[in-house]
Amino acid sequence: MDFTFTDDQQLFCESVRDFLQAEVTPESVREGWDSASGRNETLWQQLVEMGLTGMLVPESHGGMGMSELDFVLLAQECGRVALPEPLVETALVAVPLLANLAEKDPRCASLLEKIAAGETRVAIGHAANNLVSDAHIADWLLLPKGDQVHLLASDQVGLTAQQSIDPSRRLFSVEWHGDDETRLASGAEGVSLLAASLNRGALGAAAQLLGLAEAMVEMTVRYTEERHQFGRPVGANQALKHLMANCAVKSEFAKAPLYRAAYTLSESPSHADFAVSHAKVAAGEAALLAAKNCIQAHGAMGYTWECNLHIFMKRAWALDKFWGHAGFHKNRLHQWLMNPNAKIGADKTFGVQG
Amino acid sequence: MNLNYTPEQIAFRQEVRQWLEEHVPEAPLESFDTKAGFEQHRQWEKTLAEGNWGMVTWPQEFGGRGCNLVEWLIFEEEYYRASAPLRVNQNGIFLLGPTLMEYGTEAQKERFITRMAAGEEMWAQGWSEPGAGSDMAAIRSKAIRDGDEYVINGQKVWSTRAVYADWVFCIFRTDPDSERHRGLSFMLVPLDAPGVTVRPIPQLDGLPGFAEIFFDDVRVPVENRLGEEGQGWQIAMATAGFERGLMLRSPARFQETAKRLVELYRSHRNDILDLSIEDKVVQSYMDAESYALATYQTASRLIKGGNIGAEASLNKIFWSELDQHMHETAMSILASRAELLPQAPAAGEVGRWLDGFLFAQSGPIYAGTNEIQRNIIAERLLGMPRS
Ligand SMILES: Cc1cc2nc3c(=O)[nH]c(=O)nc-3n(C[C@H](O)[C@H](O)[C@H](O)COP(=O)(O)OP(=O)(O)OC[C@H]3O[C@@H](n4cnc5c(N)ncnc54)[C@H](O)[C@@H]3O)c2cc1C
Repeated sequence: MDFTFTDDQQLFCESVRDFLQAEVTPESVREGWDSASGRNETLWQQLVEMGLTGMLVPESHGGMGMSELDFVLLAQECGRVALPEPLVETALVAVPLLANLAEKDPRCASLLEKIAAGETRVAIGHAANNLVSDAHIADWLLLPKGDQVHLLASDQVGLTAQQSIDPSRRLFSVEWHGDDETRLASGAEGVSLLAASLNRGALGAAAQLLGLAEAMVEMTVRYTEERHQFGRPVGANQALKHLMANCAVKSEFAKAPLYRAAYTLSESPSHADFAVSHAKVAAGEAALLAAKNCIQAHGAMGYTWECNLHIFMKRAWALDKFWGHAGFHKNRLHQWLMNPNAKIGADKTFGVQG
Repeated sequence: MNLNYTPEQIAFRQEVRQWLEEHVPEAPLESFDTKAGFEQHRQWEKTLAEGNWGMVTWPQEFGGRGCNLVEWLIFEEEYYRASAPLRVNQNGIFLLGPTLMEYGTEAQKERFITRMAAGEEMWAQGWSEPGAGSDMAAIRSKAIRDGDEYVINGQKVWSTRAVYADWVFCIFRTDPDSERHRGLSFMLVPLDAPGVTVRPIPQLDGLPGFAEIFFDDVRVPVENRLGEEGQGWQIAMATAGFERGLMLRSPARFQETAKRLVELYRSHRNDILDLSIEDKVVQSYMDAESYALATYQTASRLIKGGNIGAEASLNKIFWSELDQHMHETAMSILASRAELLPQAPAAGEVGRWLDGFLFAQSGPIYAGTNEIQRNIIAERLLGMPRS
């Protein structure tokens, strides 16, 4: 029993954090809002060079052969800077789906290599999300239909942009027709692949939500030191301190469930539903509370377009509902806990719960 | 990261489970806030000590097993699973014990830890005073040096289980001209010393769970001072760290409550009208598990040489509010029977829940109120300006 990350995992996370903090600033995020694609190809290639797109690509296909557990801290860092690029969905959701099919389908194997090398982009849709994010820059799209997973080239689909409150997000409804040719999996295999994708998507969203929550609190603490009223920093007032302390408590106790979910997805993915839903609900609550308390602590400034808070706040509102909203995940928890055969109790915290 | 127990840890769990199955009394003991109940619990502490289960993390020379924190968590999980009696000496074993190991002289460890471990001496904590609650640095009770002794005068209050305990560990002002955090010292005082008067204070359940202690020219030898003169505040903060941090409230306690809550809900599911209750039950279970996961994470970090500081305040808020939330939810499920005392003929399963509900009200108050913890988090963890 050892619930810590390795030195290597922590060091890698620190180097990625340093890179992201330097390259992905509120200014650079805002620049993306005004560009046509909203995406930065140079930045993407830098992420590719750091090996990030290929982290979960098996070594045999030109990647690093790493796991969800290795990636989770990085996803948290992506949230901390509100990274607009679809790194988490590519590396943590699309790649493992393709990797599961690479043995039997050469198209998937070849895509994996190209993703790791930064030569191609893949977007992924899921029934939980209605819309597909970053479909406009994708060369290929992984799309679900019932129990089937299809792979379509960008020229085989029709896209309609759906504007989000978060100007960094680029969402699309996709019109497409699959056939035997485009179908990668179906039946039980399709169902299990889609279920696994949902869990990985939810893990990635949860990790980003936690990073967003921490970033919001950090910038708000700074603001409340700078802003003076009644002759002293507004942050000296206990009412604001307690708003921020409540955020810290929520975030702190969302962390360990997040890491447990990442671990469970890596080690026994077919038993990860409960752990993942727990993590997503806890991280969503932490991020929503941070958004609410942080705008309050900013006063009117927090309600402006100019203040950077909304970059993070809007991402949090969006991701809380993506890859399964709280209702979906709580419902899974309810179903599980209310089952008289559920393995519950302190000695069941680790291992197969349901 | 490896979230599997080792074969040794699995065997250890089995060993604990079996011992508890063989030794935990069939019928629940009386409340330790009654004289008879206190003695029953004292007896239980002796039984634990005889099996070397009193404090598994302590070194063998002090009756422990030299277990690491993960093994301690396993022990606690089994302990609550078996509904074993609450630890009447928790102030001693969870708070003073670790403090003695860090700051005690060899003679003090030999004298005090050994008897504590043997279940012979029960301890109370005497920090709060009528004028010093949240503001502990306002302590006024004095211990003035006189040759090889200190002469103590003053008053402590809210001292848990002092009514029947044998000893109390206190903070006194040893420098009468000092102010605030300076000039305080940490003292160990026998409650049967001449000049000590203990006045029981009934709690919400009517039983004298805590007491006022009056000191009237009480003499204790200099050897009863823990640490240096004037080092009292620093040592007290270390003890408070044990209290808010890992030791006092291990997650198993809350996980066991959460499990009982799920079971209570399942058995009442069909007659519950308030649809929000199921959500609260699920939330409780998840939160109890979050607390357990976070504790395993902290334990793993400590085993590797890390330490715990102001984060202890995050813990204290989380478990105390979780405990309140769970018991409020249970009261909602029990509905019109929730107010019944255990002896009421129609009370049924209400008894333990009601006791727990009452006690849960004190969680956000003792061990430093949650308002004070929030101040600590904001100022020391987040770096917000001091007022
Ligand atoms: C069940 C129980 C067992 C206890 N056992 C012991 C024991 O064994 N030994 C012992 O020494 N003590 C014990 N205590 C006492 C406990 O430590 C104190 O109650 C606690 O420190 C608060 O002090 P107080 O009760 O004087 O409240 P006060 O300090 O009077 O506080 C009253 C209210 O004001 C708030 N407040 C005070 N200062 C601030 C501030 N700066 N900012 C914001 N809010 C503030 C508090 O949070 C609280 O809500 C026990 C208490 C309880 C309830």
